[in-house]
Amino acid sequence: MAISIRAMTVAYQRKPVLWEVNLDIPTGKLVGLVGPNGAGKSTLLKAILGMVPTIGGSVSIFGLDYQDVRSRVAYVPQRSSVDWDFPATVRDVVTMGTYGSAGWFWPLTKRERNRAHEAMEQVGILDLANRPINQLSGGQQQRAFLARALAQQADLFLMDEPFAAVDAATERAIVDCLRRLQELGKTTLVVHHDLHTVPEYFDYLVLLNVRTVAVGPMAETFTDENLQRTYGGRLTILDEVSEAIRRREAARP
Amino acid sequence: MQTPWITMDYWLDGWIVVIAILASVSAAILGNFLVLRRLSLLSDAISHSILPGLAAAYLLTANRYSWTALIGAIAVGLITVWLTELIGQYGRVDEGASTGIVFTGLFALGLIMIVQAADRVDLDPNCVLFGDIELSPLDSIVTSIGVIPRSAIVLTVCLLLNTLFVVLLFRLLRIATFDPQLATSLGVSPRVLHYALATLVAITSVCSFEAVGNVLVVTMFIVPPTIAFLLVNRLPMMILASVGVAALAAVVGHLSAVAVPLMFGYKSTSTAAMISVVSGIFLALAILFNVKTGVMVQAFRRNQLAWSILRQDILALLFRDSERGQAARSLRDITTTLLSQSWITAMALRGLVWRGYVTRVNDQTSSQASSSSNSTVGYTLSNDGRRHAQNLVRSHRLWEQYLATTGTQLDRIHAQAETLEHFTNPALRQQLDSETQQPQSDPHGKAIPPEEK
Repeated sequence: MAISIRAMTVAYQRKPVLWEVNLDIPTGKLVGLVGPNGAGKSTLLKAILGMVPTIGGSVSIFGLDYQDVRSRVAYVPQRSSVDWDFPATVRDVVTMGTYGSAGWFWPLTKRERNRAHEAMEQVGILDLANRPINQLSGGQQQRAFLARALAQQADLFLMDEPFAAVDAATERAIVDCLRRLQELGKTTLVVHHDLHTVPEYFDYLVLLNVRTVAVGPMAETFTDENLQRTYGGRLTILDEVSEAIRRREAARP
Repeated sequence: MQTPWITMDYWLDGWIVVIAILASVSAAILGNFLVLRRLSLLSDAISHSILPGLAAAYLLTANRYSWTALIGAIAVGLITVWLTELIGQYGRVDEGASTGIVFTGLFALGLIMIVQAADRVDLDPNCVLFGDIELSPLDSIVTSIGVIPRSAIVLTVCLLLNTLFVVLLFRLLRIATFDPQLATSLGVSPRVLHYALATLVAITSVCSFEAVGNVLVVTMFIVPPTIAFLLVNRLPMMILASVGVAALAAVVGHLSAVAVPLMFGYKSTSTAAMISVVSGIFLALAILFNVKTGVMVQAFRRNQLAWSILRQDILALLFRDSERGQAARSLRDITTTLLSQSWITAMALRGLVWRGYVTRVNDQTSSQASSSSNSTVGYTLSNDGRRHAQNLVRSHRLWEQYLATTGTQLDRIHAQAETLEHFTNPALRQQLDSETQQPQSDPHGKAIPPEEK
């Protein structure tokens, strides 16, 4: 198991954000983490990383404590969580991904520089390497974040809404990148919002609404009943109809 | 020889400048991280709130210099950060408000204690606020390498400490400042670094206390890094630039404090205050003239574009004239045709003549051809100018042809081509040419001239 969570509860000032979450994610899956606003998706990622205090429960990653597998985990925070006016080039940001393995004091070696170079190449931003990050578009920022995670050369990737407000080219670049990671046997957990693309992008699904509503392979888990249970009345009629139409289209011979 | 209006004592003024540089640079190095984390107010808070710590130390030891004073200041500095967090968390107010509440409270407490202490210790509450850099060299120690002011020694140690902190922990500071969440996921605690930074801010405030007091030191923490932020694009460069700006402000500040008031018939003024004023002037200049976002630079760029478009419009106009067989055109003609103003057209023409694209001719035919003109001076294209103009007109007509094929209404293509022609390079012309099957003429029937190298 890449991630194994048992009875984990997180509360902000007495209001539970995650309630008795149980979750098992097998190694090598490309996992979509889906749920309505306020379902605790970002909090779940942070709780896995030990960044928010939990009330009881346990998390193990590759069977170990997070502290012991830190170098095997890469986290991609929401793009809006940082100040993009920070004085740095794209290369500076991507190179931050190698800090964990390079150590904090000694000069970077050629190995780290190469890793940053390859990561930028993989997401198609090598030509932007020397550009100050305050000149990037939203999609380019997201790709820089993705490259930074790739440069960490981790086995487990946790991504918080990488598809939020990006252009079509970036969306494709991210999807390609996710597929390549899966081919390499990596596990990726992605917070995602667009229900329409969920079955296309991922092969494993976690439906979350404070509790885990359903977890499993896409085909078995992405059902009307489960979505209804996750979103409750909040799944708009429009969403349902467009989803129904898509299914009918797909079912046609 | 001394200049008539400045009286410099090289030992005294030399040390004042050295102490000013040491204080400004020490503060600026740390200030970079405060400015980038939008925590500038923290330097204000700590430099004020260390007062009760210092006062307590004075009362205990009756001595202005002591380890007790340093420890007291650091302790109160950390308490400030901790109380700020606490009030922010439980009082549900924003960071600025909770900082303001904490440091004014502690500062007031310190002031009360200082006034009490002043009776027992040789301490002037005014010095606390504004420092006394002019007198600081006089309090010196005899060492093996000569007589050195105590402030200079203290500040050198402080500068070394800050430099070591930033150099050794550079990667940690960079990552924790840019992306605290990533830092946390990598096992770095931004909070620990925050407290370490606060400790050094407290130490720096204490060390520069004698020299600049606790109000003006805030300038030294914040202004040089802010200027550096406007000038450069990478963190290492920003730190170096802030150091340069800080040192420059210290030197210029002291020289101005000595010289400027004398020019207006006043006595020399406070160096510490002048450093702040000079820093402020530097900042204003940086805001106006920096290459990244400078107000003046951007205005200049916009102007450059407008001028270049006007010059190109003149070239194209003269080219079309020559197609019709008209040899030259007068300034007034050009002005009225392009709906410009005569001084602006004259400037643009001067630019074109200077570049060798246009020549002035004394031409009778032009004044006959255009009845509205009384001037006998006309302008005509040179060979260089003709090549340039031909490509412009070619761009214009190719665009018209292209827009016509895309189905744009014929009465609208001219205006669009008029804008696009100014942003068309040879490669784009080639592409337009091939996409429109190498036309001979534009939709209005005018010949498209061949490309000129």
